[in-house]
Amino acid sequence: MAVSILHRVTGAGLSIVGLAVLSWWLASIASGTEPYATFTTAATTPFGYIVLVGLTWAFFQHLLSGIRHLVMDTGAAFELGVNKTFAIFTVVGSVLLTAALWLYVFQVRS
Amino acid sequence: MSLGESSTPIGKVRGLGSAREGGEHWLTERVTSVALLLLGTWLIASLLLLPDLSQRTVLEWLHAPSGAVPMALLIIIGFKHALDGMKVVVDDYVHEPGNNFFLNTVLLFLAVGGGALALFALARIAFGALA
Repeated sequence: MAVSILHRVTGAGLSIVGLAVLSWWLASIASGTEPYATFTTAATTPFGYIVLVGLTWAFFQHLLSGIRHLVMDTGAAFELGVNKTFAIFTVVGSVLLTAALWLYVFQVRS
Repeated sequence: MSLGESSTPIGKVRGLGSAREGGEHWLTERVTSVALLLLGTWLIASLLLLPDLSQRTVLEWLHAPSGAVPMALLIIIGFKHALDGMKVVVDDYVHEPGNNFFLNTVLLFLAVGGGALALFALARIAFGALA
């Protein structure tokens, strides 16, 4: 139930915010170094990082709960115990993947 | 109109139902989701593996076919999947026919317009000079 709503919220967020950021980023690359610098300056403000971390979390959550929905489309994993475990796994998994990605970015790459 | 025992569940509902459509939409949403699982993972892995994220580096990455082709697919399939998903949300919560049609039309314009802008930016990167 909660994970199903999360799937919708993260999907809407990726559709609106995610595709807007992707389009802006591509347009800035095409436009040259100065527009690109405008993008990276905005992306590396505290608010920019909140948006980027949020988008990566939304991507992982939507990916994992999407896999859950594909499995359930086959008629599997409807048993209460299995269903609940799978739902919790998507939430824990998305947080762990997001943390691992940004730890790598800040600890290893910078 | 019996197709006998061999027809699959989705084969039985295609073209039926009160709206006489929906089966294709449902299936498209799932096929594009699997494509985006691959393309989204490709985007994150690529960004992590690039030596840096300077304008020059990402320009060279997306100028090459190995970067431009998956990015073109990500844009087209990403906007398509977003449109399909947002339509489900609108159809679930907005029942008044006029408002439903209006919101779905706004979504369609946003998805096609946004996708065209993103593709045009990618075309400038892929076909432009590497100066």
